[in-house]
Amino acid sequence: MNLGRMLALARKETIQIRRDPRSLAVVMLMPVMLMALMGYGIGLDQTDVPLCVYDREGSQLSQDLLKSFVSNRYFDLKLNAHNYPEMVNAVDSGRCTVGVVIPLYFSKMLGAGHPATIQAVIDATDNNTANLIIGYTQAVVARFSTGVQLDYQQRNGPTLGVPTLNLQARTWFNEDLESRNFIVPGVVALVMAVIGTFLTSLTIAREWERGTMEQLISTPVTASELIAGKLIPYFVIGMVDAATCAAISAWWFEVPFRGSVTMLFGASALFLTGVLLLGFLISALAKTQLAASQFALLTTFLPAFLLSGFAFPIDQMPAAVRVVTRIFPARYYVTILKSVFLKGTGIEPLLAPMAAMVIFAAVVGGATIRGFKKTLD
Amino acid sequence: MFARIWQFVIKEFIQVWRDPRARFSLLVPPIIQMIVFGYAATFDVHHVATAILDQDHSQESRELISRFVSSGYFRVTDVLNNRAQIEHLVDHGRVALAIQILPGFSEDLRKRTDASVQVILDGTNSNTALIALGYVNQITQGYQQDYQRGYLDGIAPLASQRVPQVLLEERPWYNKSLEDRLFFVPGTIGSVMMVMVMTLTAFAIVREREIGTLEQIMVTPIRPLEFILGKTIPYMMIALGELVIVSMVGVLWFEVPMRGSVAVLLAGSLLFIAGVLGVGLLISTMSNTQQQAMVVSFFFIQPAITLSGFGFPISSMPPALQWLTYLDPLRYYLVVLRGTFLKGVGIELLWPQFVGMAVFAAVTLAAAITRFHKTLD
Repeated sequence: MNLGRMLALARKETIQIRRDPRSLAVVMLMPVMLMALMGYGIGLDQTDVPLCVYDREGSQLSQDLLKSFVSNRYFDLKLNAHNYPEMVNAVDSGRCTVGVVIPLYFSKMLGAGHPATIQAVIDATDNNTANLIIGYTQAVVARFSTGVQLDYQQRNGPTLGVPTLNLQARTWFNEDLESRNFIVPGVVALVMAVIGTFLTSLTIAREWERGTMEQLISTPVTASELIAGKLIPYFVIGMVDAATCAAISAWWFEVPFRGSVTMLFGASALFLTGVLLLGFLISALAKTQLAASQFALLTTFLPAFLLSGFAFPIDQMPAAVRVVTRIFPARYYVTILKSVFLKGTGIEPLLAPMAAMVIFAAVVGGATIRGFKKTLD
Repeated sequence: MFARIWQFVIKEFIQVWRDPRARFSLLVPPIIQMIVFGYAATFDVHHVATAILDQDHSQESRELISRFVSSGYFRVTDVLNNRAQIEHLVDHGRVALAIQILPGFSEDLRKRTDASVQVILDGTNSNTALIALGYVNQITQGYQQDYQRGYLDGIAPLASQRVPQVLLEERPWYNKSLEDRLFFVPGTIGSVMMVMVMTLTAFAIVREREIGTLEQIMVTPIRPLEFILGKTIPYMMIALGELVIVSMVGVLWFEVPMRGSVAVLLAGSLLFIAGVLGVGLLISTMSNTQQQAMVVSFFFIQPAITLSGFGFPISSMPPALQWLTYLDPLRYYLVVLRGTFLKGVGIELLWPQFVGMAVFAAVTLAAAITRFHKTLD
């Protein structure tokens, strides 16, 4: 490996990138755009869920129950239905996500010491939202029920002491359970995956398409020099993007940063090396820009989005898919990112994912050199 | 005019089908995307890895733990004997949840003072944590109720029957078992269609320009409208074929019900495809190289999917972004897809979506035609 030749190639590549300012602007703006889009666009928290109520009784007690629904930030009363079809229509058309039916004789049943059942119809098309809403509804009703019980006991003779269970929930790392803190660190991995594979695979496939790659091959440059020289400028761009993303996460979105900066950049460099090499390999194999870009999307962006634990928990996937997630480096990178931002654990839990990324880079690097040599023949 | 368009359509078909790589990329990536998305995109919370630390070792504590285990929401991976182990497991991300039953739990229950259960949640994934917390609440509430009833039965058999209680009966509509797959698969069909049509058409004109065949076409008597139609019709037909394939994967493989009318689905799909085609062709007429076309279409696809409500509810976005979603054709299409697949609603509720997509298609196709007209000069 000759350092001079490699640097000369890197300079050629830099000049080529600079000559196309539009693409360079895209590469530099992409992290900002993706961060803003995902940081603001992906919120899983539910507040002000549109609520529709069909109160068949209209008593003081049923109004109290309604008040306890509306008095927190989770529900927003949109419609007071006068009959059942009106409520059904509100849910069917998507105007309301929840419909609550309070039965006739609601307060009479409770006053006589009997249980009363209220019905909650939930639009479960988006079942994650539905799950969260069911949780909120249960909490509201349970609190109301306890209140009714206490009232009843106070009114009816001597209070019986009843054993109670006290649940103390402690949330670590993301104390307010904000979905933004959970999503934003992972976006860094998405940006890097796109920069790494998508853009490189296109520029290199272009050289193949135009035939300039063969000109390069005819020079005394070796395969590893060529690969390294071509990838260095993109590596620099990728690291700048990583820094931009991390800065936006920490200062704009105010995601807590609890780990070490060295760890963040070390892991980013490793991940970037792996995906850049993969991009090179893809373009050497695909040779046309259309095929290369499609392939790059399939092998890096999709895994980074879906199989990394960025938003969808790996734990919940079928066993076969869990095995597949281990192949792609995005999973390890996202683990490290979330740990560096939110957990701030020491270095020890992160050694295994680091090692996995080293192995990925080494394997793909080896394959790239071999694959490239073969295409020379 | 029709003869010329017809000739053009035949030429486009031949061009797409001649290239084995193009044939491959028409069939394989959409199916892979469907399957990977279908399995990996899930917010389900089942079998959460859980550690248990029982410091009370009583009948009561064992009863509570067995309720956690038998609920199916939790998978006990570790049974611990001291508090420090919890930290280690959560730091390494091996468990998402730890339940600690403090010493004296059963005694407190018997003495009728507050008995405490501690739950430690890894908040890194806020969504999983929130839903898991809901389940924990539900289980401890149930335990408390049963324990209270048993207790009251013991001391005052009559009193236990006279405790008023508000019960909640949840009815998740459209997706009764709250299955994530039912929610994500129709959304995936929409996203796959979008990616497919965009990548095909974004390259459609710019490739001809790069290869130089565009100038040959320009010297023929064909008019811009005919040219755009000739490009549109074959891609429209390919896209419809694609829709059939991915819908089959959804219905046959993932067993998503088809409750609505196929005609409404097809009509909606045609409008959606026309709109995306318009964007793709517009990008293609504006780009000079395939790389530019690819990058710009990525810049359209990524926000369009994020803002469509595919996995992240629109109602949780800030108002400015919510307005922006009205410019996203996928937003309307997803409502149509979920409406026809899951809800079985018809045109009477879906017509606003049709209007939205029709306006979008008219604007983008008109823009593509005028834009192409200019580039002729």
